[in-house]
Amino acid sequence: MSENYDKRRKVFDMIGRTYAFICAFLLIVITVSIFYFVATKGLSTFIIDKRSIKEFLFGTLWKPDRPNDQGGPAIGSLQFILGSVFVSVFAILISTPLSISAAIFMVEIAKKFGRNLLQPAMEIFVGIPSVVYGWIGLTVLVPFISKYFGGLGFSMLAGILVLTIMVLPTITSVSTDAIKSLPWEIREASYALGATRWQTIRKVVLPAAKPGILTAVVLGLARAFGEALAVQMVIGNSPSLPFSFLQPMSTITSIITMDMANTVTGSTWNNALWSLALLLLLISFGFILIIRLVGRRSMYK
Amino acid sequence: MKSKFYDKLATIYFYLVAVLIVLFLVALIGYILYQGRSELNLHFILTPPKFMEKGGGIAPQIFNSLLLLVITLIISVPIGIGAGLYMAEYARPGKITELIRLSTETLSSLPSIVVGLFGLLIFVNMLHWGYSLISGALALTVLNLPVMARVSEDSIRSVSASLKEASFALGSTKWQTIVRVLIPSALPGLITGIILTSGRIFGEAAALLYTAGMSTPPLNFNVLNPANPASPFYPFRAAETLAVYIWKVNSEGLAPDARQIADGSAAVLLIIVLLFNILARWLGNTLYKKMTGGK
Repeated sequence: MSENYDKRRKVFDMIGRTYAFICAFLLIVITVSIFYFVATKGLSTFIIDKRSIKEFLFGTLWKPDRPNDQGGPAIGSLQFILGSVFVSVFAILISTPLSISAAIFMVEIAKKFGRNLLQPAMEIFVGIPSVVYGWIGLTVLVPFISKYFGGLGFSMLAGILVLTIMVLPTITSVSTDAIKSLPWEIREASYALGATRWQTIRKVVLPAAKPGILTAVVLGLARAFGEALAVQMVIGNSPSLPFSFLQPMSTITSIITMDMANTVTGSTWNNALWSLALLLLLISFGFILIIRLVGRRSMYK
Repeated sequence: MKSKFYDKLATIYFYLVAVLIVLFLVALIGYILYQGRSELNLHFILTPPKFMEKGGGIAPQIFNSLLLLVITLIISVPIGIGAGLYMAEYARPGKITELIRLSTETLSSLPSIVVGLFGLLIFVNMLHWGYSLISGALALTVLNLPVMARVSEDSIRSVSASLKEASFALGSTKWQTIVRVLIPSALPGLITGIILTSGRIFGEAAALLYTAGMSTPPLNFNVLNPANPASPFYPFRAAETLAVYIWKVNSEGLAPDARQIADGSAAVLLIIVLLFNILARWLGNTLYKKMTGGK
């Protein structure tokens, strides 16, 4: 081995190490710049346009293009915030029991059936693009709701049902991992005490997997909260408070999707949409922080 | 015995849920394919859409989706593998590592509409690239990077430590070990991961509405030089993808057969995404068998 070769491979070693570090560091750069730029735009509603944060968060009047002689733009966004919260929370409420049952089924009841059928099924559910879910909602759910429950069909109910399906695989796969990672001995200990499988699941497995399942639910919530197009396609997009399952409504993501193209950069309307985007960003970051906190409490790790 | 009875009941319940979920998926896919069956022909796939007229196809949209996918992979795979490599091999516990991890988690749970808006702000407006292939590809890169980094880290970590030690024992440097031992051994996982994320990129729409745009200029395949603005490969031209097109047709379709176009496009998109899924599974298994020499 020549000295030259040895020198060269040491240089390569350095270059490789630097390359890997730059790539990883880029992730920080991207994250920080997303926060920085979205925050700069989003805060200009309050700094440049001098709108109050209180009006934005708690007001319910959304007339961002109202001329000044009629009172100027109104940017009350409570209906969008509540809209996002309601749609995603109800979706999670329906989806979570199903997902946990599916996860338990795959780990505790029928491993083979689970691995060969349910697992691939979940992967396909994840893979179906959100516009396709939106399209199904539009062609199946909306007419169905309109026919059997009345109204236009474009409604919170349609949004909730579409999201229920979309978060099902997320919650299932994370819960499955959580249940799978529990030491097998705790089940054996339970069986040795004479417990049935159901008793073991209810009294031993589920309590032990709680932090993991909580993580799964928060991740599902985050996905539901951030989903834009599938929801936007079926909820009717009217800026009203979401207090009826059968009425059209809006969410943070849907109003951004609908209005962004119609607004001029720098206008109050445009800035208000960026404020909504900033809110969305902060909420999804909040979910990540919650997941980190929950993860630390895990018993078996 | 009461507890035995409940145990039986619970088992029946779990089977019921599992079977229902699988049946539901079958019904879903069946419905999509059935609705789109009349458009599943070469004419639909190979002709451009028509404006306000019946009989248009989705050829440019499919082309744009594929092109965006390829560009995105070219950018995000090397960077993603680099980042995964760092986290798996170089990172020491500490503030920077913690920050990289937090960034990766934050990025991967970011709503894709927010990524789209970020792209609109930086690539479309600040850099004046407009609604374009390159803006779209970079927005998709932001979406894909954290996933790619995660997949790479996991596949590299799963390579057995003895392989690595053997390489070091032969006097290899760390980089030689990475390039000649770790990455080849991690290849099945990497490839499966890349194909699976490809499916996700292919179906993404929210991040592309305001970056790659909602229109496509006429594509002229006689001009192949990417520097020529008339070329389909010109990076600064608008590029509506199949997923974006489905959204657009459903919300503001002008053609009289908008419903059929949407049905057909959804079926085509689903088939392509399913193909990615099947390919990933098959290739993953085949490569794994080949590499391990097992059955």
